[in-house]
Amino acid sequence: MAEQAIATPMTRRDLLGAGAGLFVFFGADLEAQEPVRLPGRQSGPSDFNAYLKIGADGRVTCLGGKVELGQGAMTELAMALAEELAVALDTVDVVLGDTDLCPFDMGTFGSMCTPLLVPAVRRAGAEAKAVLLAMTAERLNVPAGQLRAEAGIISESSHPSNAVTYGQLVEGKRIERRLANVPVKTGAFQVMGSSPRRRDGPDKVTGSARYAGDILLPGLLHAAILRPPAHGASLKSADTSEAEKIPGVRVVREGSLVAVLHERPDVARAAREKVRAEFDNPPAGPDDRTIFDHFLKIAPEPRVVAHSGDLAEGERLAAAVVEQTYLNSYVAHAPMETHSATAQVEDGKVTVWASSQAPFQVKNAVASALGVTAEKVRVISRYVGGGFGGKTEADQGVEAARLARLTGKPVQVVYSREEEFFYDRFRPAAVMKIRAGLANGKIVLWDGQVYGAGEREADPFYEIPHRRIASVGGWQGGNPPGMHPFSVGAWRAPSVNSNTFARESHIDLLAAKAAMDPLAFRLNNLANGRIRRVLETAAREFGWTPAGTPSGRGFGMACGVYSNACNATIAEVAVNRATGAIQVKRVLMALDEGMVVNPDGMRQQAEGSVMMGLGYSLGEEIRFRNGEVLSNNFDSYRIPRFSWLPKIQIVLLDNPDTPALGGGEPPIISMGAALANAVFDAVGARVLQLPMTPERVKAALAQS
Amino acid sequence: MERSVSFTLNGQSTTVKTDDERMLLWVLRSDLGLTGTKFGCGEGLCGACTVIVEDEALRSCATPLKQVAGKRVLTIEGIGQHGLHAIQRAFLSHQAFQCGYCTPGMILSAYALLLKTPHPTREQVARHMEDNLCRCGAHPRILDAIQEAAGAAKAGA
Repeated sequence: MAEQAIATPMTRRDLLGAGAGLFVFFGADLEAQEPVRLPGRQSGPSDFNAYLKIGADGRVTCLGGKVELGQGAMTELAMALAEELAVALDTVDVVLGDTDLCPFDMGTFGSMCTPLLVPAVRRAGAEAKAVLLAMTAERLNVPAGQLRAEAGIISESSHPSNAVTYGQLVEGKRIERRLANVPVKTGAFQVMGSSPRRRDGPDKVTGSARYAGDILLPGLLHAAILRPPAHGASLKSADTSEAEKIPGVRVVREGSLVAVLHERPDVARAAREKVRAEFDNPPAGPDDRTIFDHFLKIAPEPRVVAHSGDLAEGERLAAAVVEQTYLNSYVAHAPMETHSATAQVEDGKVTVWASSQAPFQVKNAVASALGVTAEKVRVISRYVGGGFGGKTEADQGVEAARLARLTGKPVQVVYSREEEFFYDRFRPAAVMKIRAGLANGKIVLWDGQVYGAGEREADPFYEIPHRRIASVGGWQGGNPPGMHPFSVGAWRAPSVNSNTFARESHIDLLAAKAAMDPLAFRLNNLANGRIRRVLETAAREFGWTPAGTPSGRGFGMACGVYSNACNATIAEVAVNRATGAIQVKRVLMALDEGMVVNPDGMRQQAEGSVMMGLGYSLGEEIRFRNGEVLSNNFDSYRIPRFSWLPKIQIVLLDNPDTPALGGGEPPIISMGAALANAVFDAVGARVLQLPMTPERVKAALAQS
Repeated sequence: MERSVSFTLNGQSTTVKTDDERMLLWVLRSDLGLTGTKFGCGEGLCGACTVIVEDEALRSCATPLKQVAGKRVLTIEGIGQHGLHAIQRAFLSHQAFQCGYCTPGMILSAYALLLKTPHPTREQVARHMEDNLCRCGAHPRILDAIQEAAGAAKAGA
């Protein structure tokens, strides 16, 4: 085990840094983890040893099944452990996403690291500290109440020189003693609530951070795999003879898997181009313009997911009814690191370094594909170059493992950018139909149907007596056959970006109909105190003054909720009427994320969400036709860049009484509607489809 | 065609015997084991593979090896060999990265900018960095970091 770790640059540093004392109990610890390694379980083990190790040198290792995708998990977990265990932050090393070393975890998605893993690590740290205090009380023959733990040292309060270090107490061994119901700290935090430097920083600014495609093993072969030109096209024949003439090339076929391998990745790719393959033409399918009619044509009646009152009564009460249909497009995750994996089969043990948000799921997938038991598979996802929901599955890890076994050599699979777009499980396109009724500035009726996106947050949080929400299809599956022409999946705050865009656009339409200021209209229909507070805070910080919309100012607001986190976003835009181009000048976002463990980390997520939100709101859209993905690189799929950067203001609300909430996804949800409402406010044109491309803005202007 | 190509890599003279039409990115990563230079798009569209050749930022995924024969090449592994460079320090202090995958290319692009324009305005920095893509959205911090590094460079750091 130690040998294997030393052979790989990825874990070497951790092991060396953590001290040799660590080696002895990594293997012995599986017992603590196994009982909960069941698919479908969210919770981790209760044995604190699964989350932490104390080395003989006093360095502490924090272990977590989550993955560092860039969201700052390493830093936040180190902070949580340092806080509760009472050790200095810089003595904590963090090992994440290694299925042999870390406690089971379902996957890094749903903004669950902060609300679920941070508390588990805190509990582990608190219990371990209490055990260490009890051990010290016996060793020094001093009542535990007269001891204090600080910076990894336990000392007698009245005789500070009477002290023992954690390293001396534990001697690099597993701690066998347990204590039940040890409380975590409730205040007077020393580490949590601060904004330390990111733990992954030195590796990332020096280029020494190793991603899955950076694992170089002796004898490594790089695989270029034959891919179909379109979804639904199946392989008829492949002539690989020309490719095989290139010196050093190996061709491997197993079923429909045809791979060209070479010790140089570029040579393997060039050789793949020499394969003469024939594919069946896929059946004709929808394209990016016809997809919405296609949804409405093939979808059955949406299923009612929320209901109250009586729609007929709502219609009767309504002095005015506003009905509209909103569209959202397929978008790609487009992480800068494409799906990558390096696999090695050695003495029956399969090790896969995979860029994945869910290494434990990859472990099961690899075991199943190779027909071996899961214990024989180790998956390591140390650094991942962005995920955003797109790396919850890791087909490339399975491909690399299959090819490693077939060739008897370590194999690396790195998707080209074209493969990354082709195999992306896109955020689903969506149609949202809303019919809402107004009476005296109050919403009395809301009848909504959502097709394709899923129903999360389709049910408005406004006070509406007569409402019904229905949904068909979604990112999680359960789609009618043939609805989406390719795979869809979770994309940063799945389904909520689409539903928030539709709901908050419609709220502004209602406000305009009621001739009310959009902020006043929202507050007039909103009882939820936390949402009211983020709205009022955002308005105050932005300098919002009441006005009906369109006011010509180019101000737009939207609010939203995701996993109990609330936000309000206000944008200022300028619209070029001649070109249809939107310039976003300013975005202010107020967030209620409960207690914030790492304020600067939260700001990073919010700023990133503003930038990524500009993408799906203004420009990003997958073009496709008959199963072919036409957007396949950064020229045909433009993501936000430096020239798009508006002035960004992030306001974190102080809410220490609500437990810390996930921060990766919530900040992105209200960008679409805030910008659409700002465009309407600027020029009176309502853009009903995201992204708001210049063409769509010009078309909306022509109709306004 | 296969040739011996010599160049100065991070201050060390280096010779590689390979097809000199191959792109520098793959020679660096695979033949020489310098994996800090990243593959992002393969077509010079994203900047993840940026390296410095004779003081110019180049996309190594679109630069044939023969083009660097006899020249000085600097990669992320070379920039902080003798202690972190001011740009690296500024990226750390501004937390100007998330996933970190675009970071080496960002730092090297900024390095080229500061060689030519030691005291750029924020607009000059943004314009220069325009074709370096970051999906995590660290853009405001990257601009802050580069400006700080420019200030530090002025102070002689």
